[in-house]
Amino acid sequence: MGSTPDAVVSARRTPPPSEAVLRWVVPLGSIAAGLLAFGAFVLAIGHDPTEVYSTIYEGGFATAFAWNNTLLRAAPLILAGLAVAIPAQAGLVVIGGEGALALGALCASAAAVPLLPTLGAGALLAGALAGMAGGAAWFALVGVLRAHRGLNETITSLLLSYIAIAVFNHTVEGPLRDPSSLNKPSTLPLPPQSMLGAIPGLDVHWGLAIGVLACAVAQLALSRGTGGFALRVAGGNPRAALLVGLPVGALIVVGCALGGAAAGLAGAIEVIAVHGAASASVLAGYGTLGILVAFMARQQPLAIVPVAILMGGISAAGSLLQRRLELPDATTMVLQGLLFVAILAGEALLPRARR
Amino acid sequence: MDAVTTVLIAVLGGAIRVSTPFLFVSLGECITEKSGRINLGLEGTMVFGAMSAYAIAYHSGSPWLGVLAAAAAGVGFGAVHGLLCSLPRVNDTAVGISLIVLGLGLAFFLGRDYVQPTAPRLPSIPLGSWSENPALRAALQINVLFVIGLALAVVLHWAFRNTRWGLRVRTVGDSADAARALGLPVVRTRVLATALGGCLGGVGGAYLSLYYPGSWNESLSSGQGVMAVALVIFARWSPLGCFRASLIFGGASSIGPALQAVGIQAGYHLWNAAPYVLTLAIMLIGTSTSRATIGAPGELSMTR
Repeated sequence: MGSTPDAVVSARRTPPPSEAVLRWVVPLGSIAAGLLAFGAFVLAIGHDPTEVYSTIYEGGFATAFAWNNTLLRAAPLILAGLAVAIPAQAGLVVIGGEGALALGALCASAAAVPLLPTLGAGALLAGALAGMAGGAAWFALVGVLRAHRGLNETITSLLLSYIAIAVFNHTVEGPLRDPSSLNKPSTLPLPPQSMLGAIPGLDVHWGLAIGVLACAVAQLALSRGTGGFALRVAGGNPRAALLVGLPVGALIVVGCALGGAAAGLAGAIEVIAVHGAASASVLAGYGTLGILVAFMARQQPLAIVPVAILMGGISAAGSLLQRRLELPDATTMVLQGLLFVAILAGEALLPRARR
Repeated sequence: MDAVTTVLIAVLGGAIRVSTPFLFVSLGECITEKSGRINLGLEGTMVFGAMSAYAIAYHSGSPWLGVLAAAAAGVGFGAVHGLLCSLPRVNDTAVGISLIVLGLGLAFFLGRDYVQPTAPRLPSIPLGSWSENPALRAALQINVLFVIGLALAVVLHWAFRNTRWGLRVRTVGDSADAARALGLPVVRTRVLATALGGCLGGVGGAYLSLYYPGSWNESLSSGQGVMAVALVIFARWSPLGCFRASLIFGGASSIGPALQAVGIQAGYHLWNAAPYVLTLAIMLIGTSTSRATIGAPGELSMTR
């Protein structure tokens, strides 16, 4: 059926909003909707939304102290988000980041501590590389199972994550346990003066800069590099990718391994810059929150940085909410969950994805 | 009694005790996936169900009212998941993860005041009363929900094959196009199946807080809700398979604690990984490069 002249006229009268405008308006509108929903929740439980919001702002972003706290949380979140976003380019939803992060922490500690006397500061590099290798190997396994056995990567990464955490607990409390860590088992610690230092002018370690750099490199590789392009083709249309001769299976394995390396690096940096040793406190849920960060950033590496800072700030505000308004810790989780739901629902309003 | 028997009895008892929440969430996930959707968010549903069951049981004095509250909360979460996934271009895995965060957040937030008080527990049936052996008697203390879950698995197995409702869900799950051609309401069927799945997830949570471990706190669930997705693959999308898979998974999770009880500490954490290693191994056996996962509904995004 052809379009009637009337329809053409009315279509001209109300031109559809351009794609570029929608790409900005919809996510911002979704965030506003999520904030409104949280406000309604706060009101329903008998608190003043403006007071809660101003406390979150104060606890996350108002002072230098708050910013430090926020950026300390954002640093691992950026890398944990990247761990989800890179495999996502190949169309994979890998959610086992917490396990790769645990292995990264373990490998980093196992490599850096014994090498410290001989290598000095080079031991930190060795630790970071070992952590990346551990995470990469773990996620590569997910890719191999996907590419060669057709097993769903979401499920296998989750199973492997539980297994990695069991190995982590076993090693930290067993073979690699520091005999002097009594109540809280941990591996042998790095002496504080040998740990990764702070960025000049900030109280935040260099891991933050490394994460931002990794996102920039990933963004560049995806938009300009052939490898990144091939990864996106393999994700967008595997059959077309095979027809033009792309090694789809290998791309899936490499994409997963790069994601695992990012998660492993997140764990390694937590050890060499924050905790000094691998212990249960390294596993603070960054791997899981990273999934949320990556999806909210719509899997765009550079967008991960501001989203991770936002999520880090909300988490950092938790303790102030607790102290000042006697709200439970989980308040920040409710806000993060509502924002996530709103952003996902907003996808429906966006024009068809480009890829 | 020798150590081997002790361990075996402990594993049997553990399998029955630990498997019940797995049984309910995996049956819920099975119904949802049969309709062509995945609900990873059952973890959040389950923990919220556990909290609401505990709170209502505490206030009303009746654990069964608590189970009812958990079921109702589960229907709510399931319906939200089903409706969100019905929007165009919305990724069901991502929605599931967002509802895990939201469900856990709401449960921890609203449940803060219920960590201390004690709620009445669900009753159990002493099936082992004939035995002289106290360990066996303890192992055969069967909770009523376990029996209900077993009956439900049988009923669902029958219903998927023989009822109009079961055939409708399977048609919608295998081919949305075919279902539309038959005039079946695809979206409504999926939302209802997801809501029903959420309902069972909530009941699974009620078991956690009202029977075993039998209290409410933030570390109540150890990922049972997300594991449901793996268990359903393990069960090849069959309700009776879910029962079998839950028992095996529950038994495997009980090996570590059972060994610890007879004084074997070595590798305690590694034994905790046993159920996951087992699931992975069974998934590996069930697939090959040449064919897709056996028995999977055709519309499932996960196995396509």
